[in-house]
Amino acid sequence: MPTRKLIVDGKEIEADDSITLLQACEQAGAEIPRFCYHERLSVAGNCRMCLVEWVGAPKPQASCALQVRDIMPNKDGTPAKINTASPYARKAREGVMEFLLINHPLDCPICDQGGECDLQDQAMGYGRAAFHRFNENKRAVEDKYMGPLVKTIMTRCIQCTRCVRFATEVAGVPDLGATGRGEDMEITTYLEKAFASELSGNVVDLCPVGALTSKPYAFNARPWELRKTESVDVMDAQGCNIRVDTRGPQVMRVLPRLNEDVNEEWISDKARHACDGLVRQRLDRPYIRVAGKLKPVSWAEAFAAIAAKVADTSPDKMAAIVGDLAAAEEIKALKDLMGALRVSNLDCRQDGAKIGGPRQTYLFNSTIAGVEAADAILLVGANPRWDAPVLNARIRKAWLATGVKVANIGPAVELTYPAEQLGTDINVLEEIANGTHAFAKLLTDAKRPMIVLGAGVLTRKDGAAILKLAAKIASDTGMIGPAGTAAEGGWNGFNILHTAASRVAALDLGFVPGQGGRDVAGIVDGAQKGEIDFIYLLGADEIDLAHLGRAFVVYQGSHGDAGAHHADVILPGAAYTEKDGLYVNFEGRVQRGRRAAFPPGDAKEDWAILRALSDVLGVRLPYDNRATLLAAIEKDAPHFTQLGETPVHADTSAATWGDIGESGTLDSAPVTAAIEDYYLTNPIARASETMAKCSQELVHGATQMAAE
Amino acid sequence: MSLRRLAPPDIQPASFAFNAENAEWAKATIAKYPQGRQASAVISLLWRGQEQEGWVSHPMVESIARMLSMPFIRVLEVATFYTMFNLQPVGTYLVQVCTTTPCWLRGSDAVVAACKTHIHPHEKTVSDDGKFSWMEVECLGACVNAPMLQIGSDFYEDIDGPITEQMIADLRAGKALKPGPQNNRTSSEPEGGAGTLTDKALYDGSMIGKYKVQAPAPPQPANTDAEAKKPTKAASDREAPKQKPPGAAT
Repeated sequence: MPTRKLIVDGKEIEADDSITLLQACEQAGAEIPRFCYHERLSVAGNCRMCLVEWVGAPKPQASCALQVRDIMPNKDGTPAKINTASPYARKAREGVMEFLLINHPLDCPICDQGGECDLQDQAMGYGRAAFHRFNENKRAVEDKYMGPLVKTIMTRCIQCTRCVRFATEVAGVPDLGATGRGEDMEITTYLEKAFASELSGNVVDLCPVGALTSKPYAFNARPWELRKTESVDVMDAQGCNIRVDTRGPQVMRVLPRLNEDVNEEWISDKARHACDGLVRQRLDRPYIRVAGKLKPVSWAEAFAAIAAKVADTSPDKMAAIVGDLAAAEEIKALKDLMGALRVSNLDCRQDGAKIGGPRQTYLFNSTIAGVEAADAILLVGANPRWDAPVLNARIRKAWLATGVKVANIGPAVELTYPAEQLGTDINVLEEIANGTHAFAKLLTDAKRPMIVLGAGVLTRKDGAAILKLAAKIASDTGMIGPAGTAAEGGWNGFNILHTAASRVAALDLGFVPGQGGRDVAGIVDGAQKGEIDFIYLLGADEIDLAHLGRAFVVYQGSHGDAGAHHADVILPGAAYTEKDGLYVNFEGRVQRGRRAAFPPGDAKEDWAILRALSDVLGVRLPYDNRATLLAAIEKDAPHFTQLGETPVHADTSAATWGDIGESGTLDSAPVTAAIEDYYLTNPIARASETMAKCSQELVHGATQMAAE
Repeated sequence: MSLRRLAPPDIQPASFAFNAENAEWAKATIAKYPQGRQASAVISLLWRGQEQEGWVSHPMVESIARMLSMPFIRVLEVATFYTMFNLQPVGTYLVQVCTTTPCWLRGSDAVVAACKTHIHPHEKTVSDDGKFSWMEVECLGACVNAPMLQIGSDFYEDIDGPITEQMIADLRAGKALKPGPQNNRTSSEPEGGAGTLTDKALYDGSMIGKYKVQAPAPPQPANTDAEAKKPTKAASDREAPKQKPPGAAT
């Protein structure tokens, strides 16, 4: 790669030709202030804060917009001299800062950005101290409506247009724009409609001033009084890295954490704003249902009631179901407890997805970062925009960079990038498998094709047959081969897109029906027929709870949602911010969530509840602390030791892929969407007021408008 | 300049469509740009739409956005950026009064006052009879005939308050106006007629070729060859500054 020599602040560096001067200066160790420049957005060059001195140039240079290849050496052949901290450069920035502050209100004491404001910090670092010479009226701008998540105080806007570029480039929802010109320029959504993106909360992080702030978090806390805990999100199966900010016992907000392999620096609105659901509808003490009414009891009484029922019930009449938000620890504990009771009716697939078996047959094998290398993507019953919004942004990024061809079998949805809609008829998949469909050729010709199966097809009756067809397409079109990049072990284009954070960990630990055991549908069916008498729900709320017949239901979980309403015994557990836990995302990456707060009231960590219960049931689990439990998990599934590592899927043997699914006839029913309402997919989100508002406005509001 | 927003919803028309001729024209205009660059036609289309309707309405913005496969907000950005797009309804006659410095010095205040009295007290507001609206604009480039105003696509120059009133009254009465200077001045000649180049003979053709006719030789002795070849002082040749004596005050 061509390089060019530069002397930055007296230090000679060899900078890559294709980067900007700002990046080159940073490589040389200089700090360049900026507002409009952002690594993941296009260069705007309109804030002028990054001015540096190029010795010999007639004017200060905006380093973010100047490419290194455009910096000529001096006439005598010596490298160009760049000064980032000379009096000349400093004076230029002071001038820029003075202009920015002319129209910026001095309302820092009531501004939510206070304490983490780029303008505040840079005014301290690069502005002139206690100095102003502007005595005219300041500009004032009307606040704009941008939906239930983004609060605007537009007078504070310095028009860096980061939000506009984010909406247009990353989110792919070009709702934001800058109207008017000059002093009257205003950032707004089109006719002040809500910013209809699942990633809208990220503009709050991007805004360098307090113009766009978080609406639910408004006037709630100051950054310096928050305790920050690095954790993992469970709202979808992507495992986005988050930082949980707590004050005392309460989670105040959730922010994204940088992880290039998973979420870059974005998180979805559900991950960010469902946290107010953590203080509502909480189960904070055990309950027993007496004469149809739930009665608060002590832990001992609740355990005794369970023990009495278990003693009465034969193992083949007992069942356990793992919910969508469980961590690996409690899944392992529940599996061991049920194993000790010789129960084989276990399942973790609440939605009835027909997956399981060898590990690489239920993973997103291409890996998230690997999506950028793909050149053809076939979505089958998956809507990544709702299933995993941050993954969708990654697909969009790939489309922007390489123009990857995307086709979609399922309901036509606006994915933020062009996708060939192949209709909702699943027989199209068969045509592709036979090679009679036009897209089959595209997949065959592609170097790194991908197929993404979503819950929309896997949960169907013919899910296993679809899986079989997908595996056939995968092997026929060369999706699994050596042309690898991200996975390192070779390219693997066979992907399952999960929506439940607990799913992969549960499958890894084998929480599936044992020999002769029933799956979720079988358990519900059995309960209705009276063949199942005891059901243990570990945070499982998405199953058909109304038809459990007279079965005795134990619900262990954090929220008083559907599961708790039908329970006979309620054991209060911890939410994902209240326990240390391992989560495995859909690509098979093991990540650690950390406790940011303590569970409310009498609620306990989930694995500890199961451990205590096992003692009462007389089948004491062999671990007394989390370390021994983790050791047991690692013995079951060795990859749990590889915390945070990119999973490597080396197995490309034909045998594995011939074995997936079952042959069968395809159902003629149209493919439907798996998620009905993006904002209300789990108990925490359903308890959240913010998510309810989003659902009302962005999901149901949209449908109403479409019906007009 | 003031905030540029779309007109309030209650005065927005229900729909917008190009008429047959303009639709044909729009198709041809869009076709000028390469595939994927159709958005480049946005200003042309908005301008044509404004020529058709008089102003840029909300349905027009959305209709043009659909024609060019652009997000609505991108078209709105363009429409609000350029001040020549009218975002409010205009009268049959849109009176644009130049109020930039030369026109202002020559009395554009009186022109504005006449508009306020005879059209509407507020600019960009349609008069009660629906025939007029007026607005202040920046320099229209006719400073030599200041003050001036533009109605439709014609300039009316060298006006003052009473002339403006008369023009408005004439238009109201359905009389046609003569574009150009309104004080009997010919284009931008001096007021009261030309002061130079007044010799009629200049224009009747009698002077054609006259410059070729040798004037009678001056009564001086002709230069000798030797003298003509003598180098003369060049225009670029400068006098050398006088050497100052050392120690002289500077």
